[in-house]
Amino acid sequence: MTAHTPPPPAPPIGLLVELTHRCPLGCLYCSNPIALERPGAELDGETWKRVFSEAASLGALHVHLSGGEPTARRDIVDLTRHASQSGLYTNLITSGIGVNEKLTGELVDAGLDHAQLSLQGADKETNDRLGHYKGAWERKRAFAGYVIKAGLPLTINAVIHRSNIRQVSAFIDLAVELGARRLEIAHTQYYGWALANRAALMPSRQDVDESIAIVEAARVRLKGELVIDMVVPDYYARYPKPCAGGWGRVAINVSPAGKALPCHAAESIPGLEFWNVRDHSLSDIWRSNPAFNAFRGTDWMPELCRSCDRREIDWGGCRCQALALTGDARNTDPACHKSPHHERIAATAMAEAESGDGVLRWRSYKEKAEV
Amino acid sequence: MDEKEIHAQSRPRLPRGVRLKRDEARNRWTLLAPERIFEVDDTAATVLELCDGERDLAGIVAELAARFTAPPAVIEKDVVAMLADLKAKRVLET
Repeated sequence: MTAHTPPPPAPPIGLLVELTHRCPLGCLYCSNPIALERPGAELDGETWKRVFSEAASLGALHVHLSGGEPTARRDIVDLTRHASQSGLYTNLITSGIGVNEKLTGELVDAGLDHAQLSLQGADKETNDRLGHYKGAWERKRAFAGYVIKAGLPLTINAVIHRSNIRQVSAFIDLAVELGARRLEIAHTQYYGWALANRAALMPSRQDVDESIAIVEAARVRLKGELVIDMVVPDYYARYPKPCAGGWGRVAINVSPAGKALPCHAAESIPGLEFWNVRDHSLSDIWRSNPAFNAFRGTDWMPELCRSCDRREIDWGGCRCQALALTGDARNTDPACHKSPHHERIAATAMAEAESGDGVLRWRSYKEKAEV
Repeated sequence: MDEKEIHAQSRPRLPRGVRLKRDEARNRWTLLAPERIFEVDDTAATVLELCDGERDLAGIVAELAARFTAPPAVIEKDVVAMLADLKAKRVLET
């Protein structure tokens, strides 16, 4: 055999940019890392624009303008316009707080293609309590109205956990009422903030099964009216979810300070050096950053995954979860029923679902727990 | 929604937030929608380019029948099935 250079990886489909970690909400399950990036460390607008252009040239099709709350950036309209002009499909992932009708109109005029609005609960009390923000409910509903009025497609995103899992049916009704075309029923994934709050968030197996049945029935009933996507909870699953569609395979994330990551939690894995878009082009990072190659494809896999016929469906599951729950990022994701750790994490989930409340850590720059 | 809802006078169009885009990096056509990417073959892309909200289905079928020299009835059946599928996915309006 002769030495050969591996072929370059297929280009990413989507770019998710955490434009800022500033956010008015304090969700217990925020996908941002616990060590939030300070506003002073954020990339400037010109650098973000270069990243958008590079992503489009590389072959990305979607850009997800996320945060934190992305509209906390004063240049959000300018950034949206540049992303759109680069040829990217632009998706705003927002809490809806602070986005008035004028700003919505400016974003639409700048070429915004789609808005995704988070809802923490399906009624005012639940929503404002779980978002840790009084008055969020009215503002979110108002934002949904501005989006619909502007003719833009609206997705409602509801992260599901023990305190709102019995509202799945109400979330579906609410999405229809607000005029959404799409609803994400996203069971909490336990990383970062959600892992810290897991005992307070984990639903029971029975509630999970009921919520899935409700979604499946609604999909039939609302076919052609509302598309419902569901992220099922890992701990009760039989197979793991593919990490971001497979490590370094379809998605690239960029943190507020410019670190390019295969997924939003990847920095939790020790020993990987993630390059910064300040120093490298996106295509250079995608192709050559050793951290992107660390778990790319199937060569890195443990025997359990490499010999499995789902190896190119699940891609070994999630590396961050393997690390968090087994202590080694190279292990099979224990969400997989074949993992020797699977029984233990399912038992943990059931015990935590039973145990009632836990200490709540509302997302904030202050790392202070509140009971 | 069933296929009956698409008829000769329907004027199919891509709604706001859905874009037909040539994906140069992968040498294919795609339909970009919220959190979704549909790969479309060249024939489907030709149909979708005609779905401008101005032409009705009868006009689209006539145009395709002329272009591909195929029987309109066959074309209509295929086009209606394709459009109904996209409509159910909420990426097409009529």
